[in-house]
Amino acid sequence: MKSFALITVILTGWLLLSAVSDFPSWGDTESPANDYRLSQHYITETFPESSVPNMVTAVLADYRGYDTMFETVVIFVAGIAIMSILRRKPLDYLKDTGRETRSYKKDPDLIIDTTCRLMIPIIQLFALYVVAHGHHSPGGGFQGGVIFGASFILLALSRDLQAAQRWVPEKRVLNLAGIGILIYSGFGFACMILGSNFLDYEILHKIMPATPVEARSHSMLGVEIGVAFTCTAIMFSIYSNLASNGDMKETL
Amino acid sequence: MIWAFDLITLIFLVITAIISLQTKDLLSAAMIFGVYSFLMCLLWAGMAAVDVAFTESAVGAGVSAVFLIATVLRTTRRSSD
Repeated sequence: MKSFALITVILTGWLLLSAVSDFPSWGDTESPANDYRLSQHYITETFPESSVPNMVTAVLADYRGYDTMFETVVIFVAGIAIMSILRRKPLDYLKDTGRETRSYKKDPDLIIDTTCRLMIPIIQLFALYVVAHGHHSPGGGFQGGVIFGASFILLALSRDLQAAQRWVPEKRVLNLAGIGILIYSGFGFACMILGSNFLDYEILHKIMPATPVEARSHSMLGVEIGVAFTCTAIMFSIYSNLASNGDMKETL
Repeated sequence: MIWAFDLITLIFLVITAIISLQTKDLLSAAMIFGVYSFLMCLLWAGMAAVDVAFTESAVGAGVSAVFLIATVLRTTRRSSD
C-alpha cells in the first residue's frame, strides 16, 4: 500500500512539474493574466476610482468584496465548528477522569511576565496599525486580526488562560465574531438601502462626509475592521479550545 | 528576484518539507513546519507579493504553528508510523 502511495505521489508530482514549463515566466507582461484588460483596469484605474493606493486591498475588499465577505464567514464557521467539536463543560470533564478540582494558576515567571508585559501592547498597537493602514500599505483585516488574536494567545501562553479570558471571555468571543460579519454585511445592506447594488460602496457618499471616490476608500476601511473583529475572536477561540482540551480551564 | 537568494530558500524549503514529513517527533515536525511557512513567506516577499507574504508570516508561521503545537501537546507526541 505504501509503495502504491509513493508511485501515485511521484506520478502526480511529475505531471505537475511537466506543466510548470508551460507557465509564463515571472513578471511576463505578455502573459494572459497580465495582458487581459481586466488586470490593466485594476492597475491603471484603482487609484482614480477608489483613492486606494494598495490595489491588492482594493481588489480584495471592493471589486471582489462578495468573495471576501464569505471568506470571513468561512473563518467564522471554522471557529464555530472547532468550538462545537472540542468544547466541553468542565464539570463533565472532571467527572469522567476523576480528577480533583485544583487551581489552574501558574506561578508567574519574572522574565517572561515582564517581557510579555512590554511586548503585548506593542503587538496590539501594530495590529491596529495593520488594520487601519491596510488600504494604503500591505496588510488588512485578516492579517491585523490574526496579529491581534496572537497577542491574546501570547497572554494566555505567558500566564494562564484565565488572564486572557478576562479580556476576551467566551461570550464576548462569539459576540465579536458575529459583530464582525454584521459590520461587513451591514455595509452591503446600507448600499442596497440607499438604492445601489450589494457592496457597491460608491453610493455611501450620501451618508458619509466624503466624495463618491473617497466613500469607497472609507468603506474598505470599514469592512476591514469587520474582518479584523471576526479574525481576532476566532483565532483566540480556536487556541483556547485546542490548548485547554475544551474545558477552558487548563492551559499548556 | 535574486537567483542566489531564491536557490538557497528553495533548497531549504525542500529540506524542511522532507524533514517535517519524516521526523517521528510531532513537536519538532510542527516547529519545522513553521520554518517551512517562514521560508515560503520569504519567497513571496522576494516575488514582491508583500500582502501574501504578510498573511503567510502571520497565519502560517505564527498562529498555525501555535495551533499545531497546542494540538500536539494535548494529544500524543510520538508519530505511530
